[in-house]
Amino acid sequence: MVKNIFSSAQSAGEQNSPILQVQNVSVNYGSVQALHNASLSVRQGSICGLIGMNGSGKSTLFKAIMGVHHAQSGSVLIDNRAPALARKAGTVSYVPQSEDIDWSFPVSVGEVVAMGRYRNLGLTRRLRPADKLAVQHALERVELHELAHRQIGALSGGQRKRAFVARAIAQGAQLLLLDEPFAGVDKRSESMLVEVLQQLRDEGASVLISTHDLASLRTFADDAVLLRKTVLMQDTPDRVLQPQNLMRAFGMEVDAGTSSSSQSELSNADLSREGE
Amino acid sequence: MIEFLTEPFTLPFMMRALIATLMAASVCALLSCWLVMLGWSLMGDAISHAVVPGVVLAYIFGLPFAVGAVIAALCAVALIGAVRSSGRVREDAAIGIVFTTLFSFGLVLISVTATNTDLNHILFGNVLGVSWGDIWQIGILAVIVAAVLLMKRRDFVLYAFDPGFAHAIGLRPRLLGGILLVILALTSVVGLQIVGVVLVVAMLIIPGSTARLLTDRFVPMLVIAVAVSVLGTVVGLYVSYYADVSSGGAVVLVQGLMFLAVYVLAPRYGVLARWRARRQSAALS
Repeated sequence: MVKNIFSSAQSAGEQNSPILQVQNVSVNYGSVQALHNASLSVRQGSICGLIGMNGSGKSTLFKAIMGVHHAQSGSVLIDNRAPALARKAGTVSYVPQSEDIDWSFPVSVGEVVAMGRYRNLGLTRRLRPADKLAVQHALERVELHELAHRQIGALSGGQRKRAFVARAIAQGAQLLLLDEPFAGVDKRSESMLVEVLQQLRDEGASVLISTHDLASLRTFADDAVLLRKTVLMQDTPDRVLQPQNLMRAFGMEVDAGTSSSSQSELSNADLSREGE
Repeated sequence: MIEFLTEPFTLPFMMRALIATLMAASVCALLSCWLVMLGWSLMGDAISHAVVPGVVLAYIFGLPFAVGAVIAALCAVALIGAVRSSGRVREDAAIGIVFTTLFSFGLVLISVTATNTDLNHILFGNVLGVSWGDIWQIGILAVIVAAVLLMKRRDFVLYAFDPGFAHAIGLRPRLLGGILLVILALTSVVGLQIVGVVLVVAMLIIPGSTARLLTDRFVPMLVIAVAVSVLGTVVGLYVSYYADVSSGGAVVLVQGLMFLAVYVLAPRYGVLARWRARRQSAALS
């Protein structure tokens, strides 16, 4: 179990029992090993940041957790259950990367959030009054209720992510997986998104979030995981973001201070290493 | 004028053609909305060709066409997957190889089978020759397809929009995709009796693409696609009757021209509207 020095502010009851346990998971694509012996855990009522450069296996790890890709070895437990059972129980929600979504798709913001209720609905997934209420509440939580009838692509990058988080809220998910939610999102929207995630965390939900933004990670994450084909380390953000650790993950010197220049250096570093 | 409109349908064969065409146009239009959003246009072309050997074999063994079509379509999908998994052949090439090969197999089967079905009817449709028996078959398939698509429309929209989330909440995206493929095969059987194998893909793509330019919501898109498709096929039938031209050809040509009109004139996403919007924003800045 990873020790956490920031766990004092949490209201959730069993804050130390892990909602997600990944143990020695390896994933191969053909002959290419995308993930090797990766282990991590996310405690209930915590936000865990997943850091690594492009191609380090972040998306693969998400897919292994959700059971989209079968792991060659190792195990995943969500809420002490196999992923398939946890999915059926509605425990886990997923916010995909922006480029995985066709934003011109003819669905409204409200319809996207309503998708969070589908699991509980009948054959045609017709919303009952209680479901409509849940959708409305979820939209209010992320302050998008006035935009419920807009087409999803008419929203800004940050609002789109909030709509997807609202979908997870409407679902009542206990574990939120967010793949690069801050990519292409301005600072103000990012802080709004972080605020919503922190509220959910304080209510007992758990969040695993992959990001490039090392600087802001310290401000909202309880744990950080450093990934490079495997989990290099998991600890508090302050410890993980030590220069010598980032050196191991990114293969170069990265300054994880708060200056904005460090982020642009980092994204340059990512671009240059994308081919690996 | 009224006589002009009613005259063709005083003929029994034209009446049957109208009924068959309206049903086929409606279900093709419904399905086209998902095909367009999934990027399955090439798949639609492939499946509609690949069902031919199945249909011919079903004819030989006296089975319903739909059974042969679905089996052939599933074979096609499995073969496409197998060819692609070699890693050296990309998906578009795999689709092209499999569907042309299966289609050719169908052509060979037709040519060695002593049937009274003209090859031209399979290739280009035979809407003016549909019997009441054909209409029953089209009707049953159309009802099944429309019922499944409309009842499970929210699941199919989720599958097309965000399959990752569908998986995360315990739905089965692969099963939903499989159901859509079976529906595609059934719809192909319906469509190819009207406009033939060569043109059925038009009825599976044009209505959805046209509707896409006119709305940002899915249910209106379904309604518009069906309206466009029905209007296009009825107008096409009149053109075919009065100009004495190929009925399948006329139907698809009218649908294509309607798409062109919408592409230019659509209020928000048409060429003219976008041009006007650009000019306005240029004038403002």
